[in-house]
Amino acid sequence: MNDSKQFCTFFIDGLFFGVEVLKVQEVIRYQQMTAVPLASRTIEGLINLRGQIVTAIDLRRRLDLPPRGEEQLPMNVVVRSDDGAVSLLVDEIGDVVEIHDDVRERPPETLRGVARELVTGVYKLKERLLLILDTEKTVNLAA
Amino acid sequence: MPTNEELQKQLIQDLLVESNEGLDRFDREMLALEKGQATPDTPNIIFRVIHTIKGTAGCLGLSKIESVAHVGENLLSLLREGKVTVTPPLISTLLAYADALRAMLSSLRDEGNEGSEDYSALLKQLQDLQAASSATSTETIPAPQAAAPVAAPAALPQGWGLFDDEPAPATPAATPVLSEAVAPAPVIERAPVVAPVTAHAPTGTPATSHPPGEGGARATSAADTAIRVNVEQLDKLMNLVGELVLARNQIVQHSALIQDNSLIAASQRLNIITTELQESVMKTRMQPIGNVWAKFPRIVRDVAGELGKKVQLVMEGNETELDRTIIEAIKDPLTHIIRNAIDHGIETPEVRRGGGKPDEGLLILRAFHEGGQVNIEIMDDGRGINISRVKEKALQRALITADQSARMSDREAFNLIFLPGFSTAEKVTNLSGRGVGMDVVKTNIEKIGGSVDLLSEANAGTTIKIKIPLTLAIIPALIVTSGRERFAIPQVSLLELVRLEAEQARKGIEKLYGAPVYRLRGQLLPLVYLNKELELGGASSTGGAVDEAVNIVVLQADGRQFGMVVDEINDTEEIVVKPLGKQLKGLACFAGATIMGDGRVALILDVVGLAQHAQVIREVRDRSMTEKHKGDARASERQTLLLFDVGEGAQMAIPLSMVARLEEFPRSQIERSGAHEVVQYRGQILPLVRVSDYVRTVAETSASGTDLMQVVVYSEQGRSIGLVVGSINDIVEEAVTVKRDSAHDGILGSAVIQNRVTDLLDVAAVIRSADPSFYSSSRTPVGLAA
Repeated sequence: MNDSKQFCTFFIDGLFFGVEVLKVQEVIRYQQMTAVPLASRTIEGLINLRGQIVTAIDLRRRLDLPPRGEEQLPMNVVVRSDDGAVSLLVDEIGDVVEIHDDVRERPPETLRGVARELVTGVYKLKERLLLILDTEKTVNLAA
Repeated sequence: MPTNEELQKQLIQDLLVESNEGLDRFDREMLALEKGQATPDTPNIIFRVIHTIKGTAGCLGLSKIESVAHVGENLLSLLREGKVTVTPPLISTLLAYADALRAMLSSLRDEGNEGSEDYSALLKQLQDLQAASSATSTETIPAPQAAAPVAAPAALPQGWGLFDDEPAPATPAATPVLSEAVAPAPVIERAPVVAPVTAHAPTGTPATSHPPGEGGARATSAADTAIRVNVEQLDKLMNLVGELVLARNQIVQHSALIQDNSLIAASQRLNIITTELQESVMKTRMQPIGNVWAKFPRIVRDVAGELGKKVQLVMEGNETELDRTIIEAIKDPLTHIIRNAIDHGIETPEVRRGGGKPDEGLLILRAFHEGGQVNIEIMDDGRGINISRVKEKALQRALITADQSARMSDREAFNLIFLPGFSTAEKVTNLSGRGVGMDVVKTNIEKIGGSVDLLSEANAGTTIKIKIPLTLAIIPALIVTSGRERFAIPQVSLLELVRLEAEQARKGIEKLYGAPVYRLRGQLLPLVYLNKELELGGASSTGGAVDEAVNIVVLQADGRQFGMVVDEINDTEEIVVKPLGKQLKGLACFAGATIMGDGRVALILDVVGLAQHAQVIREVRDRSMTEKHKGDARASERQTLLLFDVGEGAQMAIPLSMVARLEEFPRSQIERSGAHEVVQYRGQILPLVRVSDYVRTVAETSASGTDLMQVVVYSEQGRSIGLVVGSINDIVEEAVTVKRDSAHDGILGSAVIQNRVTDLLDVAAVIRSADPSFYSSSRTPVGLAA
């Protein structure tokens, strides 16, 4: 048994992120959304996931990244959290990758802002770096 | 075929359910016995409950429960034979004994063992009581080795072995443990077990009204027609029906678009069946409120006993049904209210006798259906709520100011007890008075969409009225559109819908210092624009120029009415309430979300939260609330009012009693004295105050075209001041009800007088701001502002 993990990967503003595949319930294309007035801007809206109402969080806003272009429709990465399913809106979906723990490193000290809180580790892949997000912290907007 | 462990688990589960129900019954019968309301069958029922527990526990190898049960059983068997006399200590000990059994059972449920509690003191008491009574009797039953409980978990697997070929060991008569007094017709034991699932459980004193023998037959038939269903299963069924309702809504909506007769017919059938299914499933979740109430006689007895009070509990409407989730939710608040009523409300027998009341206090619990809601009333005939003490306490805790306290109406003062951190108990008792109390009760009831109201009369008692919805899962709602988004408004808060065409709207919606109001049958209705409150933007009806029809949804929140302006009113629909995720929990304006017929999500408005957000009602009772009540208090007296205009279209009024004279002066007579405008008047200098300068209205006096000024002369302590107004309109005698409070200086409030919105001028405030020395230089004026 080797120490490797599977991650569901996606792109946001050119950055390569991943969440543990076991945390992911499903990935769906863009859904119509109902905006929630007065709510935090990070919350893009509510979607109907087969009768279940799921809150969609815009990861660009969550991660303090520039807003998405008007014409670009985000994808939903629906993750399981302690409080039920939550959708994370991302630019583009990548592959599910299996990576060995050897290439993992703690996030560099120079990583600042909200990313410092949410990124739990960096995997040094051949072509690029994969940033791993802590899903519980990501969906907890109070943190 | 289930494994042995599974079966054992299942049997323990059955034991827990049956025993807990049995023990509740035991309590009720015990209390009946104490009150002398027992039937000849009562001792038998009590005995059988314990007998069954003992038997079943024995079968399952639960030796501690069995041995504890056994000691009591001996005493009960003497009771049944009439060899023990019923005394309060006997009843108390037996109730404590029931509690001990409960404790062991709940430990069995939570931890899987019978617990390590030592009951030897209790058992000793039981044995003493038994010994005392059987001193005369020859058949003294030797005390069992109760104080040495066997380790239960180890005993479990062996206990099971007995029943390989008999899967229902709940019939204790078959167990070898029982030697004495064979339980008559063990089937009876199953009756109360099954009954709660059927909607009408026996709740008062079940079975006792039936002669022995008949009970057995009844029970058998109940067992044949009812089954026990896991609540989880029902919840799941309810969720599925919720989904079905949504799917139905979608299909009905689509089939209307596609002109296909057979599809339309099918969708209509689907519609009907779904509705019926929904109703039936809801019914399975309905339980009589008596299920919660069943434990109250015991609580009342314990609390009253502890406080040395006598209380008679009367319960009406046991059979009133409501959803089990709601039953769960009201359990604790009700218990708390009852404790409070006995602790604070009902007096000690001595005090009651002194007040000419019967020794025994009366506590009435009443439940009934009304207008799609369940009403619960808790009435006591105690001392009532002492208003001055309540106010004093609130002052002490800095919940209100001295000024507010002085102006507060009785009803408002009563409601102070619902404020967080309030408690009037002079000493903290074991039962209440810890400062967590009525506010929690109120919050819990409001959480499930209910409301609490309190009425009290000194020395006559207190009544608490609770209104709660029948169910929470599926509710009728009105769908509205605002800022291109749809919202659902729960029908319970909806009073009526008003549509104003463009022309009507222009005339009908008036402004009071920027706050729009509409006169609904003579009542001022504050208006709230939904798109503005929710910052939706986009739409035109922002309260500025109104050039299209206006839809007003008249809502009620916390006893206050207000109108919500929306872009469009769509339809009423049954919606399935779904909770919002924790990221959105902080938003008080929304109660949840639902899925509409087209599959999109719509938010459900929380009317109370929205009203608070729009400041139609205030969370903290502030000045304007008390001002309103001040107005209410005055409402009954008719007042003669002088009506006048100040600027364009703004009518104002002052009590005629404040007016010394009405005068007209040509503008040319105005002279100046320092910074003040003055005129010579009856050999004196009359300072002038332009009312329009102090109440910030739109324009200067409209009568400026003419040369004459209208002046209202006001005199106080030999000094006079002239109030310059636009034009004098009328003098009327009216009962003034202040409808809307104004936050502006110089205005006491607004009322509808002669079909016009009229502001009541605060003369004292205006004069004070114009000439601060007017009052202070003379003696203190009396009763002007009050």
